[in-house]
Amino acid sequence: MSASVYARRRAINVVALFLSGCATVLGLVFLAWILWTTLKNGVGAITPRLFTKITAYADQGGLSNAIAGSLIMDVIALLICTPVGVLAGTFLAEYAHRSKLGAAVRFLNDILLSAPSIVLGLFVYVIVVVPMSNLTHGSISFSGIAGAVALALIGLPVIVRTTDEMLQLVPGTLREAALSLGIPQWKMTVQVLMRSAASGIVTGVLLALARLAGETAPLLFTAFGNNFMTLHPLDKMESLPVAIYQYTNDPNPALHAIAWAGALLITLFVLALSLLTRLLFSRKKVHHD
Amino acid sequence: MQAARADTPAVPAEARSRADARHDAWFRHILRLCALLVLAALLGAALSTLWGGREVLFAHGFHFLGSDAWNPVTDDYGALAPIFGTLVTSLIALVLAVPTSFGIALFLTEIAPNWLRGPVATAIELLASIPSIIYGMWGLFVFVPFMSRIEPALSDTLGRIPLLGRLFQGPPMGLGVLTAGIVLAVMILPFICSVMREVFRTVPTRLKESSYALGSTTWEVVWDIVLPYTRSAVIGGIFLGLGRALGETMAVTFVLGNSYNITSSLLMPGTSISSSIANEFNEAVGTHRSALIALGFLLFVVTFIVLLIARLMLRQLAKREGN
Repeated sequence: MSASVYARRRAINVVALFLSGCATVLGLVFLAWILWTTLKNGVGAITPRLFTKITAYADQGGLSNAIAGSLIMDVIALLICTPVGVLAGTFLAEYAHRSKLGAAVRFLNDILLSAPSIVLGLFVYVIVVVPMSNLTHGSISFSGIAGAVALALIGLPVIVRTTDEMLQLVPGTLREAALSLGIPQWKMTVQVLMRSAASGIVTGVLLALARLAGETAPLLFTAFGNNFMTLHPLDKMESLPVAIYQYTNDPNPALHAIAWAGALLITLFVLALSLLTRLLFSRKKVHHD
Repeated sequence: MQAARADTPAVPAEARSRADARHDAWFRHILRLCALLVLAALLGAALSTLWGGREVLFAHGFHFLGSDAWNPVTDDYGALAPIFGTLVTSLIALVLAVPTSFGIALFLTEIAPNWLRGPVATAIELLASIPSIIYGMWGLFVFVPFMSRIEPALSDTLGRIPLLGRLFQGPPMGLGVLTAGIVLAVMILPFICSVMREVFRTVPTRLKESSYALGSTTWEVVWDIVLPYTRSAVIGGIFLGLGRALGETMAVTFVLGNSYNITSSLLMPGTSISSSIANEFNEAVGTHRSALIALGFLLFVVTFIVLLIARLMLRQLAKREGN
């Protein structure tokens, strides 16, 4: 009797552990499948004209305007969300550690972190695109700036959270030592705490960049898209993800090849960034879910 | 020399400490302003979509929520079909992703040898950093053809089961609710898995060792000790994944088929809130655009509630950890 019970329990254990191994293999298979597909289809389509021609030439063209637009909007987005995010994170860690406001902001920041990006795009459409169009009587509507604002909203919570966590890792004795020398708190925060947490804060910015570089949905109705090269942030602006979206929707297979090349560029960029941050700062565990 | 400098400070000490106090106050105000911007972003997203969708939401809100019509020609809009599609695809994603993530988390915390844990965990987390547009492309060009080969077999086997079989009938196009659900499952899997893995690690070793000492198998330790101990956080992680699945756009837009149907079959094309917005927004004018923004408002409210529950559940564990 007891032998059969023991055998049954062992059998259940073996089956469960085997299934758990299968689940892991399944996860890895999907990762390999997606990466392999992107690599296989993308490598063949990477040609010099990808970087020199604009999307207006369609299947004879490239993605240069999309790459330029993506770079411009990503940089502007980072310029917006880095200062705001770092300061807000500092507020949470240094000034509102136990206050109700701090708890509320931290909590809602975590929600913003996984809020649907398409709704943030609609938000920017309503508060930036529509008013700009009304003010200028339609001559400026969708713009690179609007796209950058939408991307900044996606990067912001990542930076807030990382800064908050990184500053909390700074030992309290450092604060006491600095304050006991009589320097004001703001100077202590900027010159001592932020400096000692600098590498962590940079990680946050890189994570935010990795997050917003691949975003498509919010750009559709903020930056719209543009088949011609533009460097002016008030123009409608093409971006790599939106170009991929449009080419994937197109029935022309030659455009699909260009889309795969763009997909490979984005994937390599994002994966390199996230691997880099992981390798550089593997000790300091950061949540970015 | 130094003593001389200390005797004659450039600024009187009292004035300096007043200036310091003023600067400190300014600094604190600027920081608080930035923190409030985070709140403003969330509140703004809710209010602006409510305002943008006012034409539809306030004028005929009940009709909008209860109707399955979607007709831009007669300007008759109902949110039922997109809501249905969003819920069903997310539900499929959860049903598939939760056991898989649990399996992976179990493997990574209890079974795998130490040298394997780091690389496999990183690989699973890489799934989370792949942009959703890549999932969409892979879904459309690779996974949809794959599914269209699998689906006849599904119809022949699962489709024969009474009642449940109705879910698996229809033309094997590859596009459809089931395909979108599977792609979503792969997308949210790393999020659920990383929460599970992390909370499994917070279980005190002595609890597990006591159970092992009483003769439990690994599975019994995980099922009877680890899982009950971390229950609220695991549920939080699942809701976090659900929140992701509800709002995901690009991965489902390509593979869902964009058709305003409410059918019992998972193999039929459908639509979701986010894919309706992505597909139609730039061609829409007037009431149509307002209806799409109103859909965005609904999506925001639903995901907000789901994520709120998720964070509350996760916070319970963080509190206990702090004690």
